[in-house]
Amino acid sequence: MLKYPLFQSFYGGVHLESHKNTSNHKQIARDFLPSRLIIPMNQQFGSDAIPSVKVGQLIQKGEVIGKPAEKNTTAVHASCSGRVGAIEKHPVPTAGKVSTSTCVIIETNDENNIAAQKPPLFKNHLDKLTAINHAGIVGLGGAAFPTAEKLNRKSSHCEMLILNGAECEPYISCDDLLMQEHATEVLRGALAMMEIVGAELTVVVIEKDKPKAIEAISNAIETIGSKCIRLTDIPTMYPTGGERQLVEALTGKEVPSGKYPIDVGCICQNVGTAYALDCFFQLGEPLINRIVTVTGQGVKNPQNVAVPIGAPIVELIKFCGGYDGEVSQLILGGNMMGYTVDTDQLPVTKSTNCIITTKKATTPKPFEIWPCIRCGECIPVCPVRLLPQQILKAYENKNFEELGKLGLSECIECGCCDVVCPSHIPLVENFRKAKHLRMQEIKSSELSNAAQKRYELKTQRLSSQHANTEKLHADLKESIKESSKNDMIKAAVERSKKRRDKK
Amino acid sequence: MATATVIFAGIAIVLAILLIVSSHYLSTTENEVIDKIESLLPRIQCAQCGYPGCRPYAAAIVTDKADINLCPPGGNETVRRLAKFLGSDFSPVTKYSTTANLNEIAFISEELCIGCNLCLRACPVDAIVGTHQSMHTVISDHCTGCRLCIPPCPVDCISLVSRNA
Repeated sequence: MLKYPLFQSFYGGVHLESHKNTSNHKQIARDFLPSRLIIPMNQQFGSDAIPSVKVGQLIQKGEVIGKPAEKNTTAVHASCSGRVGAIEKHPVPTAGKVSTSTCVIIETNDENNIAAQKPPLFKNHLDKLTAINHAGIVGLGGAAFPTAEKLNRKSSHCEMLILNGAECEPYISCDDLLMQEHATEVLRGALAMMEIVGAELTVVVIEKDKPKAIEAISNAIETIGSKCIRLTDIPTMYPTGGERQLVEALTGKEVPSGKYPIDVGCICQNVGTAYALDCFFQLGEPLINRIVTVTGQGVKNPQNVAVPIGAPIVELIKFCGGYDGEVSQLILGGNMMGYTVDTDQLPVTKSTNCIITTKKATTPKPFEIWPCIRCGECIPVCPVRLLPQQILKAYENKNFEELGKLGLSECIECGCCDVVCPSHIPLVENFRKAKHLRMQEIKSSELSNAAQKRYELKTQRLSSQHANTEKLHADLKESIKESSKNDMIKAAVERSKKRRDKK
Repeated sequence: MATATVIFAGIAIVLAILLIVSSHYLSTTENEVIDKIESLLPRIQCAQCGYPGCRPYAAAIVTDKADINLCPPGGNETVRRLAKFLGSDFSPVTKYSTTANLNEIAFISEELCIGCNLCLRACPVDAIVGTHQSMHTVISDHCTGCRLCIPPCPVDCISLVSRNA
């Protein structure tokens, strides 16, 4: 059955101190109902959804409020019942930064009756994929890539579906809790995915530091009795949860730059996505909830909460007992790959998996930054096999050509190099800036090249016009000379001369 | 003594021939040097250096030994690149007033335009379209923000706006 030798690790990576026990000892709280929702239209990778409701309209939980703009993007649904308060621009956390996007704002009421829904019926395969898009299901690991798109990538045969429950970020425990409480649903979702992609095997990957989840999943595998699901526990190593790292750890094959895991015969899906898919297939419920880990020392009751998409972070924190003392930092995502935001007025989106609050009193003073001593510690830990110290040097010298050669764009910003750097250089921060600068440089050089080309064309056109005019004049003179030989014209010229002389 | 002289003279002659041949076959032509210099310039075609375009300036650097610090849009960064390539000394850019740059583009106010055609002729990259007696407009993707269209306009209807706005 199993064709692959299961490797146990990937290149690079670091061991990190776990902070999961801050939030993983409580059950998922399921009674959180925010007073208002800010539902962004740009929650998925690709173009934004188009709002399909009017201000003042009463809507039910699960109703479509944003239609997909293109064929292969996903819809957005109302996560609670209520009335549309406004449709306006609002700051929204997206891919590493806060930007503004059109949002539908819903004043919720406590009726909360779900719009009548039945398990969906499908005529064919394509129908199923369209339905998944219309249910708004995207990858819940963090990138929010439309699930149907990922399942439909058919560049080569998919042999193995990898169900990603690794969750290597030290603070996040939402997938852990989900697997503990909903193991059967997760596996059922995985089986449905397997059917869609035509894989023969599903491997559920869980890091060894989640014994309860491992137990729950192995029990569920026995209950389901399917022979094509296999559970693998892998050593706790950051960043195993990365798609490419996971494929490498399981198959020993490196996913080439610019290619996807499907090109080596694998598809990775997050356990949360499998659960969302099962909810849709079994109950007809679109993606309107996600589990968010609220953790850190700055919040009174750290726990995992099933949050309606669009709930303001400030209300979520209040639900978890509010801030504990003065909070110095609010991080969205994990402490390694996440980013700091300066306001709690942002909504939870489909890609928000964790909110970390750090307490001012207990935050250690940041280390002093020293120059690079070229020790090379960062090189063996880079999971993408880059040379961080060389990249840093090229960035300092603003050598964009060199940055391209060193593979800057391949950096996954995992932060392993930051952890081991003895000089405490914030390498990833520099690499993010370098990526931005390089993109600008590429853009402006494209503009310059186009301008040069157009200038050349204009110069050519003008000179050829000039040459044409010259030639025309010369030809005319020539023809006048020719025609002046004609007798009649000669006589006329003579007459004209005489008249001039008389004057 | 005589043998040694002959041997060394022989080596010298062989090396001289090698040098002459290689300089003939491996030489960089003037055009290649001009190409390279042009690629180091921002190529906005603003003519703020005093030459009609970036290529004429690049040619002037090579043939007339023009100063390398005349390009205001390129700034000191460009001078540094040129100095490195040409092996000359760095000196900061002298002109700094109203520098043309790629972050801005020209915008024609449609109510004011009288269709005089003068801006169209001034544009070095053919980024303006329009015809006599008709409203003109700027193709924003092609505009380099060189500002050459602004002085000829008799009704002052051209302004610069941010490229991303």
